[in-house]
Amino acid sequence: MATTTINGKEVVVDDEGFMTEYDQWDKEIGSALATAIGVDMTDDHWKVIDFLREDFKVKGETPTIRRVSTAGGVDTKTLFQLFPKKPAKKMSYIAGLPKPHGCV
Amino acid sequence: MRRLVILGGGTAGTMAANKLHKELPSGEWQITVIDADDNHRYQPGYLFMPFGTYTPDQVTKSRRATLNSSVDLQYGEIDVVRPEEQVVALTDGREFGYDMLIIATGVSPRPDQTDGMTGPEWKKSIHEFYSYEGSTALAEKLKDWEGGRLVVNIVEMPIKCPVAPLEFTFLADSFFKDKGMRDKVEMTYVTPLPGAFTKPIAAEAFGNTLDEKGIAVEPDFMLMEIDNEKKALVSYDEREVPFDLLVTVPLNMGADFVGRSGLGDELNLVPVDKFTQVSTQYDTIFALGDANDIPASKAGSVAHFEIDIFVENFLQHIKGMEMTHRFDGHANCFIETGGGKAMLIDFNYDYEPLPGKYPYAGVGPMALLKESRVNHLGKLAFRWVYWNILMPGRSMPVPPLMSLKGKKTELLDQEEKKEPALSA
Repeated sequence: MATTTINGKEVVVDDEGFMTEYDQWDKEIGSALATAIGVDMTDDHWKVIDFLREDFKVKGETPTIRRVSTAGGVDTKTLFQLFPKKPAKKMSYIAGLPKPHGCV
Repeated sequence: MRRLVILGGGTAGTMAANKLHKELPSGEWQITVIDADDNHRYQPGYLFMPFGTYTPDQVTKSRRATLNSSVDLQYGEIDVVRPEEQVVALTDGREFGYDMLIIATGVSPRPDQTDGMTGPEWKKSIHEFYSYEGSTALAEKLKDWEGGRLVVNIVEMPIKCPVAPLEFTFLADSFFKDKGMRDKVEMTYVTPLPGAFTKPIAAEAFGNTLDEKGIAVEPDFMLMEIDNEKKALVSYDEREVPFDLLVTVPLNMGADFVGRSGLGDELNLVPVDKFTQVSTQYDTIFALGDANDIPASKAGSVAHFEIDIFVENFLQHIKGMEMTHRFDGHANCFIETGGGKAMLIDFNYDYEPLPGKYPYAGVGPMALLKESRVNHLGKLAFRWVYWNILMPGRSMPVPPLMSLKGKKTELLDQEEKKEPALSA
């Protein structure tokens, strides 16, 4: 792991720039991360990010797209509009959470 | 007499029943297993059946014969669990009261959950190998398939045995080479994940395996529907991947009764404490193996290590004591790489797969994250181990919790030193 400075704050990130420390994140950092990947945050975006943060706190892992659509109430088609091309990766990046993982 | 009811007599249910039977005094506890039929399938064998390596009878044994004779086995479809009353109701009207309940009904492939999957092309050019019937049908298809575009696809994570689709791809590559028709087959691996490999050190070990084998990868592909007319996968971001033969891994879901009983999440998986597997809602319910929602691979090896720890905890729990043992998410899996070779990986909640030796540090005999013939033989020998050691609840000479001994942990430090790249 390495550290980088986002929005004037030193945070720990993995080699793809995903934040690894849940408590280092705040909304300003979220906005800065969104800007870095070209996402213009609206209330609809924040609704998703807030759900991801809350759900991670309870479950200990980043929710899948299906979980965001069934438990978070934002359907898959909309997620692709809000976070074009790679919603799973982009929303977890902005939320300061690990990206969805495989096994190898 | 206290009653323990176990729903599902597969890998996890059978191991739990046979191990607890040895630990629980027979005069105090009656153990009942409920399952739909008597066919206990060796599910890892489904990977090999399409290529004719295993015949259907090699992957099937009687559930009755696999369970200890003093364990009661009842056949029936589960309708609903009424957790407040501590009752399981079957669709035929029978009801079973319990003092403790174990849900071990696993997950199943659900092709009905993806638009177009069970359309006109289902079982013609659209196949799967995650069920006994599917794997048998695919074997028939591959026997005289003349080639074209073969697409291997994962609909959504989590799936049982997350490496199986990759292994299938490697084995298919070998299969077509052996048949002298590899040049007639164009192979594409379509995954919802950012790549075929997502753990850095394993990704490095596999290196260009896919490139070298001439297998294209289509990452970040969230399947929206299958267009039967065009014979193409269509993603939410409107990419299309055409196929002549699609081998898909349908959405994996827990049993429907779990949802009906209010015990499941959006995939009918039972939320549990990841260290003890006790339900987060009811302390009279545990969920073991694939049926629960722990962030570990859905694999028989996880169920095996998990149940070793679970038994200790369960015995404390029924005495009203605090559960003091913690499952670490330990898994190990052989990964078939084709050509009679395999890799072995060993990992848990906290550590990604690392190279090294297993189970004995420095000695092995099996090499971690390295292709070898010994690993392949290990995988084939595992079927015997499954039926003769794991299912009867005998002890394996390997510890249930993961060990860092024999693993090259220094690679983790090197990885940490890499410069971060702020991009997604």
